[in-house]
Amino acid sequence: MEKDQHTHIVKYKTYVYVLIVLLFMTFVSVAVTEIDLGPYTVTMALLLASIKSVLVLLIFMHLKFDKKFYGIMVASVFLLLACVIVITFMDYLYR
Amino acid sequence: MNDHQVHIDEHRDDEGAKTGMWIFIFTELLLFGGLFIAYSVYRYLNPLAFHLAAEELDTTLGTINTVILLVSSMTIAMSISAIQYKNKKLTLILMGVTLLLALAFMVNKYFEWSGKISHGIYPGSMTLQEASRGELLFFGLYYAMTGLHALHIVIGMAFIGYVMYLVVKNEVQHDNFVILENSGLYWHLVDLIWIFLFPLFYLIT
Repeated sequence: MEKDQHTHIVKYKTYVYVLIVLLFMTFVSVAVTEIDLGPYTVTMALLLASIKSVLVLLIFMHLKFDKKFYGIMVASVFLLLACVIVITFMDYLYR
Repeated sequence: MNDHQVHIDEHRDDEGAKTGMWIFIFTELLLFGGLFIAYSVYRYLNPLAFHLAAEELDTTLGTINTVILLVSSMTIAMSISAIQYKNKKLTLILMGVTLLLALAFMVNKYFEWSGKISHGIYPGSMTLQEASRGELLFFGLYYAMTGLHALHIVIGMAFIGYVMYLVVKNEVQHDNFVILENSGLYWHLVDLIWIFLFPLFYLIT
């Protein structure tokens, strides 16, 4: 039945915990970029942003609780995007 | 006998509605993905100019807007739980808070942009015409990408406002709330894009 997928109710507490983690990572990324880590600054900032986006996708956007095929679709789109980024940069780095 | 009970089959496809929303979100992700690639390539080609230009941006304002968007993302996510618990009042409060936070984001953006414009940094300004090509590219991308994102905020506010009206009218209820979920998904997309815009423009210098 259609309505079965809606039976899962995410607790308010879960959202609060996720928000705390997201805010913490935001402040960490601000702090990390303030102290200069050289080339690792970009890596750290983007790594933290990626972890944050995974949290938003899984919990806030309910991918963790929804049917699997939504998650597979989202993963494929990000994979496509990653491929395009890699191919573009291969062109610019090795031309 | 209960033959007087008439079962009316409502024409409704929640899963289809949600899948449609996700597919729309994918097009948005690819749109912004393309802009992110343009930004990365130009940054790679003009590292020094991008470094100098990024120093101009106010990290504090960017951080405040990040916090605002993250909290608003939580409140709209909570409103879906609230409607499932049949708590209409809390649903409306949480959606209202989301709208207020979105407004706060836009007010912040207004001050940020007007500050830049008063310093003569805007597309086509004299200051930028004298600046290097890299700085021109940085601020062009800055206005285009944060502007497009701000447009999404405004559209998201209209969408959430409309769903609020539906909640008030009892057209969105504990067993029929896919449009609330979809407006939430759209709002999280806006948050997701900002999660990457923030480090790329404000943090990495």
